[in-house]
Amino acid sequence: MVNIPSSIDDTIPAAEVEDVELYHSHSWWTTYVFSQDAKVIAIQYSLTAISIGLVALVLSWLMRLQLAFPGYFAFIDAEHYYQFITMHGMIMVIYLLTALFLGGFGNYLIPLMLGARDMVFPYANMLSYWLYLLAVLVLVAGFFAPGGPTGAGWTLYPPQAVLSGTPGGNDWGIILMLTSLILFIIGFTMGGLNYVVTVLQGRARGMTLMRMPLTIWGIFTATVMALLAFPALFVASVMMLFDRILGTSFFMPAIVEMGEQLKHGGGSPILFQHLFWFFGHPEVYIVALPAFGIVSDLISTHARKNIFGYRMMVWAIVVIGALSFVVWAHHMYVSGMNPKFGFFFATTTLIIAVPTAIKVYNWVLTLWRGDIHLTIPMLFALGFIVTFVNGGLTGLFLGNVVVDVPLSDTMFVVAHFHMVMGVAPIMVIFGAIYHWYPKITGRMLDETMGRIHFWVTFLGAYLIFFPMHYLGLLGAPRRYYELGETVVNPTSAHDLNIFITLMAWTVGAAQILFLFNAAWSLRRGKESGGNPWRATTLEWQTPTTPPPHGNWGKDLPVVYRWAYDYSVPGAPEDFIPQNQPDPERRSKEHST
Amino acid sequence: MSQVTQTETKAPLPLPEGVRGFASDWASDQRTFKNVSWGKAMMWIFLLSDTFVFGCFLLAYMTARMSTPVAWPNPSEVFALNIGGQEVPLILIAIMTFVLISSSGTMAMAVNYGYRRDRRKTAILMLLTALFGVMFVGMQAFEWTKLITEGVRPWENPWGAAQFGSTFFMITGFHGTHVTIGVIFLVIIARKVWRGDFDTEKRGFFTSRKGHYEIVEITGLYWHFVDLVWVFIFAFFYLW
Repeated sequence: MVNIPSSIDDTIPAAEVEDVELYHSHSWWTTYVFSQDAKVIAIQYSLTAISIGLVALVLSWLMRLQLAFPGYFAFIDAEHYYQFITMHGMIMVIYLLTALFLGGFGNYLIPLMLGARDMVFPYANMLSYWLYLLAVLVLVAGFFAPGGPTGAGWTLYPPQAVLSGTPGGNDWGIILMLTSLILFIIGFTMGGLNYVVTVLQGRARGMTLMRMPLTIWGIFTATVMALLAFPALFVASVMMLFDRILGTSFFMPAIVEMGEQLKHGGGSPILFQHLFWFFGHPEVYIVALPAFGIVSDLISTHARKNIFGYRMMVWAIVVIGALSFVVWAHHMYVSGMNPKFGFFFATTTLIIAVPTAIKVYNWVLTLWRGDIHLTIPMLFALGFIVTFVNGGLTGLFLGNVVVDVPLSDTMFVVAHFHMVMGVAPIMVIFGAIYHWYPKITGRMLDETMGRIHFWVTFLGAYLIFFPMHYLGLLGAPRRYYELGETVVNPTSAHDLNIFITLMAWTVGAAQILFLFNAAWSLRRGKESGGNPWRATTLEWQTPTTPPPHGNWGKDLPVVYRWAYDYSVPGAPEDFIPQNQPDPERRSKEHST
Repeated sequence: MSQVTQTETKAPLPLPEGVRGFASDWASDQRTFKNVSWGKAMMWIFLLSDTFVFGCFLLAYMTARMSTPVAWPNPSEVFALNIGGQEVPLILIAIMTFVLISSSGTMAMAVNYGYRRDRRKTAILMLLTALFGVMFVGMQAFEWTKLITEGVRPWENPWGAAQFGSTFFMITGFHGTHVTIGVIFLVIIARKVWRGDFDTEKRGFFTSRKGHYEIVEITGLYWHFVDLVWVFIFAFFYLW
């Protein structure tokens, strides 16, 4: 007897897990505040991250003021300058980028894109947000503590981080910083376990790993990396906290401070650097991989073309994730570690360029002869590719020991990492917000304001950071409160600093336009409907927009195809949603 | 904690042969690890992450021990007890290790009886495991007290490198905290087993989800992990 499937659903496996029973909120508080709905948690994460990010933006303005007009503003003294640098870096890298990509986009997109009702552990997910908020509050408390926040630089290198010469070093600053990091890591672990288990074990019928949108691959790999990298920062924070509070000597060598021999002795400052960068380098890719994934989906959707080399894109993400754990000491070429390490770490660093280049080529080849719609998400995606290539190329300079040593601690490094890790991911974040805002609110963001926002941000970022490369090559050091009339700095460098500062203020001001747009469009934006971009992925196929708690109404979606069926020849539309059965296959199977 | 039901009604689709079949099995829809519940998957991944925490602690300790210019105190002498006028090296640690390893045995039996729905034996064995855990922490407290009275502090000790005290209190303290958390969870879940929450499908206070007997095994995973970590601490800290 021939086994003829009676319906199309028979060609995909039966449901293995019974439908989840969700926690039903019964009051305003449990719906909007102590919510267990991943989408609400995502918005809470995003708003908190953006708010604290604005603080960091203002800090960068203040730093630029000092660099352009040294000594002109009395309230920016050397101590404050270092505090601004430290808080700006720490907030941007951890409390904004990590939290927004994983806590924000991860929470919103993972269940929706995978056809799940929610994260697998909604309660732990909620706790994750509240611990994150607590971490942010402890961090902000540093501004109001006696002595102010720590000014040790975002890398918090000992021994200076806990000495009295550093702002907050023998005050509350460093204690609050480390406590905040520890809280963040505990909170992140709760969320991270959720994301990983949801991706591995909570997908819809038919959603195989190789049908997942690249956004999910990026977020998933980044979360796995975060779960393995944050422990190193956790341990380093705990140990430094003991050095500061109990007077232990994990990282503190014998040291004389203000003519006085301290009680510390025998510790290893380099140990901290190893622990920190074992976290710190994966952290770069924890931010970059979600950006890679999201930008792949933006390009494919807005160029109406399937992503080029999907499998290679997936493997590139995984390989980058794995390699990023064996490159950390390229941040430490000048630290005094064994020079032989430099050779090993330079090699591994340059190998990462291979999978990264595969990704860039595949993005470009996706655009090749695509039906490119220059929508705002697409503009930001293109901006990302250009910026990422730029920042990546200077990365090749800095990955080589002999080139890195003279460039180390110059503005060149600042320009490099702001291009590759600052501007590039921020481009993706903006692109993603313009892309998914209609799903979150049901309305489009305003187009005109969006275009102004893009062009000012994109061109402005280049006007800020391109000159900075030049300053670095001239030898202008980073983290100096005041450059003064030093030999290495011609007067042109000083004018350049004023120019950069003006641009920084302009780009910052453009973000106010973006915030206004986001608030204005909430009520007045054009109604978007459920699928304004005519995209294939599952989050656009929800029965209602914005999706309700539980996402899918009565029946969970069933997935029949990969996420990139754009412009399929012979199809009635130029996109086929992932949950749409294949009529041809159906007739073929029925005829057998 | 999770929806661990196997409701497969049909045979799965045939897999391609060879490596491709292997790959598509791993990448298949809905679940990567078939018949692994969400809770168990979460615990395994958490333990992987926690391994990195303890790994970093132990590596930091080894670095400190190797790079400090001052001599390291001899563990066999420091951790010796005077019994009947004779110094017996590492005797307390040996007993502690024995107790903790035994608790793994009772835990494994509790898991077994849990799946047999034998509420009474499960609860008793879990409480016994918790008791072993409390004994372990108690002996650790005794050891800490003894060392503190002998003048060991996180920042100094009478015998040598200051990092000895720092790493000792930090690592054993962190491990002891893990044991204590485990004891608390064991007691809570033993109470639920005893009450029959997993038979009546009573909903959790916080999560409002139905519990399953599998939570006994998940707690067991954590407990065995904490034991395993102790073996490494024992080897690297006390025997080195």
